[in-house]
Amino acid sequence: AARMFLRLLSDIQWRAAHLKWRRMTSSQRNTSTTAEPHPVSLPAQAQVVICGGGIMGTSVAYHLSKMGVKDIVLLEQGRLAAGTTRFCAGIVSTARPVSIELKMAHYSNKLYQQLEQETGVQTGYMKTGSISLAQTQDRLISLKRIASSLNVMGIPCEIISPKEVLQFHPLINIHDLVGAMYVPEDALVSSANVSLALATAASRNGVQIHERTCVSHVTIQKGRVTGVETDRGRIQCEFFVNCAGQWAYELGHSGEEPVHIPLHACEHFYLLTHPLKEPLSSSLPTIVDPDGRIYIRNWQGGILSGGFEKNPKPLFTEGRNQLEIQNLQEDWDHFGPLLGALLRRMPGLEALQIMQLVNCPESFTPDMRCIMGESPTARGYFVLAGMNSAGISYGGGAGKYLAEWIVNGYPSENVWPLDLKRFGTLQSSRTFLRHRVMEVMPLMCDLKVPRWDFQTGRQLRTSPLYDRLDAQGARWMEKHGFERVKYFVPPGSDLLDLDHSKTFYKPDWFDIVGSEVKCCKEAVCVIDMSSFTKFEISSTGDQALESLQYLFSNDLDVPVGHVVHTGMLNEKGGYENDCSIARLSKRSFFMISPTDQQVHCWTWLKNRLPDDSNLVMEDVTWKYTALNLIGPRAVDVLSELSYAPMTAEHFPSLFCKEMSVGYANGIRVMSITHTGEPGFVLYIPIEYALHVYNEVMNMGQKYGIRNAGYYALRSLRIEKFFAFWGQDLDAFTTPMECGREFQVKLDKGMEFLGQEALWEQKQNGVYKRFTMFILEDHDTDMDLWPWWGEPIFRNGRYVGKTTSSAYSYTLERHVCLGFVHHFDEKTGEELVVTTDFINQGEYEIDIAGQRFQAKAKLYPFSSLFTQRRRKDEVELSGYQRE
Amino acid sequence: FYLTPSQVNSILKANEYSFKVPEFDGKNVSSVLGFDSNQLPANAPIEDRRSAATCLQTRGMLLGVFDGHAGCACAQAVSERLFYYIAVSLLPHETLLEIENAVESGRALLPILQWHKHPNDYFSKEASKLYFNSLRTYWQELIDLNSGETTDVREALINAFKRLDNDISLEAQVGDANSFLNYLVLRVAFSGATACVAHVDGIDLHVANTGDSRAMLGVQEEDGSWSAVNLSYDHNAQNEREVERVKMEHPKSEEKSLVKQDRLLGLLMPFRAFGDVKFKWSIELQKRVIESGPDQLNDNEYTKFIPPNYYTPPYLTAEPEVIHHRLRPQDKFLVLATDGLWETMHRQDVARIVGEYLTGVHHQQPIAVGGYKVTLGQMHGLLTERRARISSVFEDQNAATHLIRHAVGNNEFGTVDHERLSKMLSLPEELARMYRDDITIIVVQFNSHVIGAY
Repeated sequence: AARMFLRLLSDIQWRAAHLKWRRMTSSQRNTSTTAEPHPVSLPAQAQVVICGGGIMGTSVAYHLSKMGVKDIVLLEQGRLAAGTTRFCAGIVSTARPVSIELKMAHYSNKLYQQLEQETGVQTGYMKTGSISLAQTQDRLISLKRIASSLNVMGIPCEIISPKEVLQFHPLINIHDLVGAMYVPEDALVSSANVSLALATAASRNGVQIHERTCVSHVTIQKGRVTGVETDRGRIQCEFFVNCAGQWAYELGHSGEEPVHIPLHACEHFYLLTHPLKEPLSSSLPTIVDPDGRIYIRNWQGGILSGGFEKNPKPLFTEGRNQLEIQNLQEDWDHFGPLLGALLRRMPGLEALQIMQLVNCPESFTPDMRCIMGESPTARGYFVLAGMNSAGISYGGGAGKYLAEWIVNGYPSENVWPLDLKRFGTLQSSRTFLRHRVMEVMPLMCDLKVPRWDFQTGRQLRTSPLYDRLDAQGARWMEKHGFERVKYFVPPGSDLLDLDHSKTFYKPDWFDIVGSEVKCCKEAVCVIDMSSFTKFEISSTGDQALESLQYLFSNDLDVPVGHVVHTGMLNEKGGYENDCSIARLSKRSFFMISPTDQQVHCWTWLKNRLPDDSNLVMEDVTWKYTALNLIGPRAVDVLSELSYAPMTAEHFPSLFCKEMSVGYANGIRVMSITHTGEPGFVLYIPIEYALHVYNEVMNMGQKYGIRNAGYYALRSLRIEKFFAFWGQDLDAFTTPMECGREFQVKLDKGMEFLGQEALWEQKQNGVYKRFTMFILEDHDTDMDLWPWWGEPIFRNGRYVGKTTSSAYSYTLERHVCLGFVHHFDEKTGEELVVTTDFINQGEYEIDIAGQRFQAKAKLYPFSSLFTQRRRKDEVELSGYQRE
Repeated sequence: FYLTPSQVNSILKANEYSFKVPEFDGKNVSSVLGFDSNQLPANAPIEDRRSAATCLQTRGMLLGVFDGHAGCACAQAVSERLFYYIAVSLLPHETLLEIENAVESGRALLPILQWHKHPNDYFSKEASKLYFNSLRTYWQELIDLNSGETTDVREALINAFKRLDNDISLEAQVGDANSFLNYLVLRVAFSGATACVAHVDGIDLHVANTGDSRAMLGVQEEDGSWSAVNLSYDHNAQNEREVERVKMEHPKSEEKSLVKQDRLLGLLMPFRAFGDVKFKWSIELQKRVIESGPDQLNDNEYTKFIPPNYYTPPYLTAEPEVIHHRLRPQDKFLVLATDGLWETMHRQDVARIVGEYLTGVHHQQPIAVGGYKVTLGQMHGLLTERRARISSVFEDQNAATHLIRHAVGNNEFGTVDHERLSKMLSLPEELARMYRDDITIIVVQFNSHVIGAY
């Protein structure tokens, strides 16, 4: 094996570069691993210590040093670029379904392209382009969706016919293809050399690089990183970056206070061959055949081909040491199906001679997205790992965002989908990770249709009503480990069929959800919303109120018993969280936020609340079961159960009161719903959950009560133009941009976070605007359904993307929500978006390359609101989530 | 009439069941990794039964196959009840008291067994109360007896077998007010069943056998080859010791009539069995019970027929022979199967086929390219061939299914012949019994690491 890697690494290059840090170690590459003296001792302190000398670590070092951070130390337990980076296939591919990943890959490509010029280190960069093949119509649809989003980013990309594929790559068998996507600017690199080039540049910028230095653990005091213990001594530091790849999990757990980094390694195989008789051109495009589960690139006149098999082999579940990577076995029997797929795709390669089957561990994460950001428990502890086999594509961009995060406090783009804080400790079980990555790895190639769910690692967090609901036909999805109902299958429906309702078109639960929506509008439905994050914040004096007034944009100094919808904004006025806060008493508040906010919101508040033992914040998520009663008859059900008048005079909207329901006392009832329909949410101490549920269902019978699920909820909220944090709202969206100025009290008499930025926006206008689109010429039965991420066109020009969509059973039309920007026609510069700009355009939504006319609206249809109770919350009483 | 491979598979797999002993992070404390079981009917309905359960109040796991004759009633009853009798026999005195007190005061009962059942393996709801009462009487007697000694597994197995057979016989004599139940207990008693039951606890393996089902241990030799060790003796005419036993138990005058045409009294193949009161009760008792029994029983020629030369009953017992074996690391698996399997396959072949199946591809020498010149096409061909060699292994996710596939489909070369398999499986119901018997198989896989650590 060693001989082969000589070539992969272009060793000559390595020695030729007379680098300061190379001279520190007098060793030769590829010699034995026996310990050699370290001529240069470790510094006693540094500002940033990076652990891991792979593509991630070197990219972070490169970007940090470029941003002017002076005092950086990079530690590598073995050799630079000797782990997964060395084994990596070196394909830079921008065709990514998640927008932020696409941006990272795009940036990486541009960075690698000029890296050789910048550093003098040969990176082997070659712009070959890539072709993704579709064997089925559904696959072609998914490629078309990606093509649409690449195109609007200005990345060249086209959908081509099978015959055209042949023009780009003569060896391909096209008989079973229906089409393909060609991305001409995708590239190949030598990944190890890219990493070395980044290290070289970083070193020139003053980064100290120490090889064969092993980090044993990170010391944390009072929730802050203080230093790093290594086998060569201690380094004090302010920031630590864990770029340890597949060892990141172990490293995170090595200290006294564990940092949970949920990733797990799987074996990954690829094949290297000798050159063809007539060597393949090094400019031949890379072929990705997801239906065959393989990729094929040219490699030194021959090919390199690997894939993502259906039966992956997870490894290092118990944790191992790095030496074992070298000893991983080739497993031809395991690779057999992929070899079959390769020869089916390129039958002409039969006579090609095998060089080696490489077994290279890759780390995978529970949701197929990489892990980036600061630990929720240790400030200054950053992580960049879990690349799901796309490390080289993300390396440049990911390193840049993380460097920005460390230097500026936040990256220049919304990276929430990648943020470490989207996970909690619950995703860190080794058994969970082992099972989940066995599902994730095959998913790399599987077709991802709207609303797919993970199947492994389920039923972890459940409501006490789980079994009751399940017995009534509930179909489940999962968020942050919590099981939530999608919809209820009525008895007698074909269950098996419904479970296979995966399609880009109209799904077969359409009528089921329709009837749930109808019931919400005409009678009453009950939805279990227990998964929401719930905090209680209280103090002995006014500390709670004062702190919250600063951290939240709305005025929380309301009479006791009132509920306030408010954003939790950052300095730029962007939504860190969108929540409802009930004032339980003068000095205590009850806060409800989206399910996946459990870690992020906690950390955000913890880091900003004064360190005062008289101010207590408690996560009470697990203490309450939340039942949402939606619909005009919710009032009747509740008043019968409590013998209390529930009419608007007695129980106005946005009101909170503890009362009895059935036999159970102390039920916290709030007159809010998440859909704009009239109704209540009951926060029930869990031991009463079953009782209250039974009472509600029994009493509700005469009012036509039924269970409903989140799909109904989503349809209701989207048709009413309610934005949802995590889907529509993010840290780069302000209340001004989504029509929620009424939830901001700029003049509440005290300063609050984000106030300045919002003042400025109020005066100068906004640069994007949350808009609702009603699809006009879209045939629900026949056309592709929108999902999210579809490009929006105004007068034929791209202005933004949708963020969510749903079919409105009331309007009998599809509704998409999304942001409209105003790009200057000549310069592309972003201009202020005015109401007139929105209203005076002809809009189209692009679904997988097909454009549909859409009508833009800045306000919801008032006819959809059956009741209005409090004047100041008329429109967009906007607080909702799914 | 030709069945496609997938039709063949759906027939073979219809009754397959697998259970893996839950693993925690690779640290397995049970000596049993899990088991595969399956059955293929020849009779309609099938007369074989199978059971598997984990003892919850003591350690160990119980597995058994039951081959019924003259109907499936007895095999069904034994498959439902025997493990409870065994489990109760194994329980320490305090646990028995605890259970009795719970029943007495109407509290929830400690669960005794955790069953591992295929959806087709049913329990009779109607008889559960009756069965429970008999079982309770048994444990009450055990409580009264309180020998104070620690329970010996061998003894427990023998007692349980005998006690259950006794209860079956008693229940039929007493009858039941409910006409359905009354008919049921009679059908149970007048039909018969053999039983082959294994109890595994750590490295202690006990096999209790009554009749002609068989338990066999698969042993991997140092050179990797497979050999078979019998853990039961067949109770039939081929077993000289068994013939001797029967002759010993009856007067010399009957010597000639005892075993005829390799059958007990010229009628019964197994020499030991549950039920079969026709071979156990006195003629008077048989007549009395049949006459007072329901019409269905009276109209049945078989039940009314008294075996010829029937002078000194009982001729049949349910007492098992128990073999104890201390598991060794080279003991890889245990096969329990009814005679339907053993009629068609030699135990040596069974050991080899299961052994190769369980070790599967992993024991084929891994391919390494090394310095050789191998092309992609050659490699693909090689891999395809390797896969074909074990294709039937790949087709089956269940060792028992794999064994049935060989048992039914093997040609003279010992490889599965699809055409033969297709023919055998498409035989009409009335013909199937002529060519093959019901086959029921349980393959238990052992954890050599755990066994080695003892």
